[in-house]
Amino acid sequence: MASAQPAIRVNGVSHQFGEPGEARYVQALLDTSLDVTRGELLCLIGPSGCGKSTLLGIMGGLFAPTTGAVAVAGKPVRGPMPRDLAFVFQESALFPWNTVRENVMLGMTFQGVAKAERGARARRALEAVGLIDFAEHYPGQLSGGMRQRAALARALSLETDILLMDEPFGALDEQTRMVLGEDLSVLLSRSNKTIVFVTHSLGEAVFLADRVAVFSARPGTIKQIIVVDEPHPRKPSFMTAPKFHALRDQLYGLLHDEIRKAMSETTQPRRRYGQTGPAETDGERV
Amino acid sequence: MNGDGRKNAPHRLSSRLVQVAFLAIVLLAWFLATTRWGVSRILLPNPVNVWHQLIDIVASGAFIPDLRITLGELAGAFAISMSLGVTIGYLISRSRYLIRVFEPLLAAIYAIPIILFLPLYVLLLGLGPASKIALGATISFFPIVLSTIAGFGYVDRRLVTAARSMGANNIQMFRYVLLPAALPVVLAGLRLGFTVALLSVIASETIASFAGLGHHIVDLAENMDTARMFAYIVFVIAIVAFLNAVVSTIEGRARW
Repeated sequence: MASAQPAIRVNGVSHQFGEPGEARYVQALLDTSLDVTRGELLCLIGPSGCGKSTLLGIMGGLFAPTTGAVAVAGKPVRGPMPRDLAFVFQESALFPWNTVRENVMLGMTFQGVAKAERGARARRALEAVGLIDFAEHYPGQLSGGMRQRAALARALSLETDILLMDEPFGALDEQTRMVLGEDLSVLLSRSNKTIVFVTHSLGEAVFLADRVAVFSARPGTIKQIIVVDEPHPRKPSFMTAPKFHALRDQLYGLLHDEIRKAMSETTQPRRRYGQTGPAETDGERV
Repeated sequence: MNGDGRKNAPHRLSSRLVQVAFLAIVLLAWFLATTRWGVSRILLPNPVNVWHQLIDIVASGAFIPDLRITLGELAGAFAISMSLGVTIGYLISRSRYLIRVFEPLLAAIYAIPIILFLPLYVLLLGLGPASKIALGATISFFPIVLSTIAGFGYVDRRLVTAARSMGANNIQMFRYVLLPAALPVVLAGLRLGFTVALLSVIASETIASFAGLGHHIVDLAENMDTARMFAYIVFVIAIVAFLNAVVSTIEGRARW
């Protein structure tokens, strides 16, 4: 029974911001269901504003869906689950007043790791991402790619079974993101973690994912799931293989109409600010 | 910042030289105005006289009672505005709604000349230190409360979300996220609040009071003792510059 249980089960999730008639009303997600299998890397891809980041936030308990439910390892999600899953955000989610090592240690402090254990785990995580020599640097002293490695190290040090990555390489240049993608594939092949990865990039999705969930334009729902049958770690040569291109083209075909649809309704408000207080969050950050 | 400063060191040296030369020329003009150009000694005392008076003030310790009163008023005013400003600012910053209501309101009040309240405070609290403390506290409350709202109210939401996703509880959120994010902004507001409290305490002493450095300067002016009055002004400027330097140093140390 336990082995058949999905890592994450999303069941009939819909989410809206605001109420119909309000300026900030947005139907972000509509009746989305999805099982994330243990140990797989699942990419969520779709046009801007389709709700894929919102879904990731709901999976991680950052906010509750309007309707529907999410379960992680069989447990219903009611709030952040720091022992089960860790986030990597797009950018700047490192504390700028702490060094890289302090950032990693602080994550473990929040999670409740015993003090004696934090140092060794921080070291292992920083070694895994190749940042051990930059442990005493501040985030502002690092390049964008190194900052994302640091954020990944922080997430790895939490030793959760699941990683939720919200466009982690989205702000990086193409060459850096390719290299980080390769590294992530290697890391994944060693660790057996379950990863949900939101991206805009077709190539990144095909290169990294075991499965790619393609979203429709808003209100977002999963249009189709494509399987990428290629073992990890994936080599750069995979990117030039015919299979890679066939899958990429298939993805593009699925997305093309949705992107047009999404672009034709740009008049709809996308940003929502401060509904209840400064500490609350929504799916798509500024 | 330090790196930039070092790079520009020769340039800074030359500008420092020009500043010193400028001050020397002003002093020389002052000296000539009183000795050669026939400007009335009552309106403009001889700088050498002023210097002797300054030495006398410092050496005799005649300034101590007045300085004690002024500093006491400053301490009272700043203690009130700091505790009220930081507390109220923090409470307002906890709610988007309260920020939307109160931030523009407080900023608007901050823009009016609050010294106009001095007659009211004198009426209510008398000519003693209480009215000076009330005015200094009122004036310095606004930069402190506004910067506390700005510091705690606009913490990068990505950092808050990240901390929450890792399981931070409310105390940890405050200690490791909100406080370090807000501290530089709050400290800048406290420094500004300190400066305006000091200015308003001294200014209100010159308008209506029994004692204090500002009062003493007005007293000397009314007795036509301008050389000693100028010496007192120089002395007060030195005290103010020293206090501001101390506060700036404390602020600089506390930054991350």
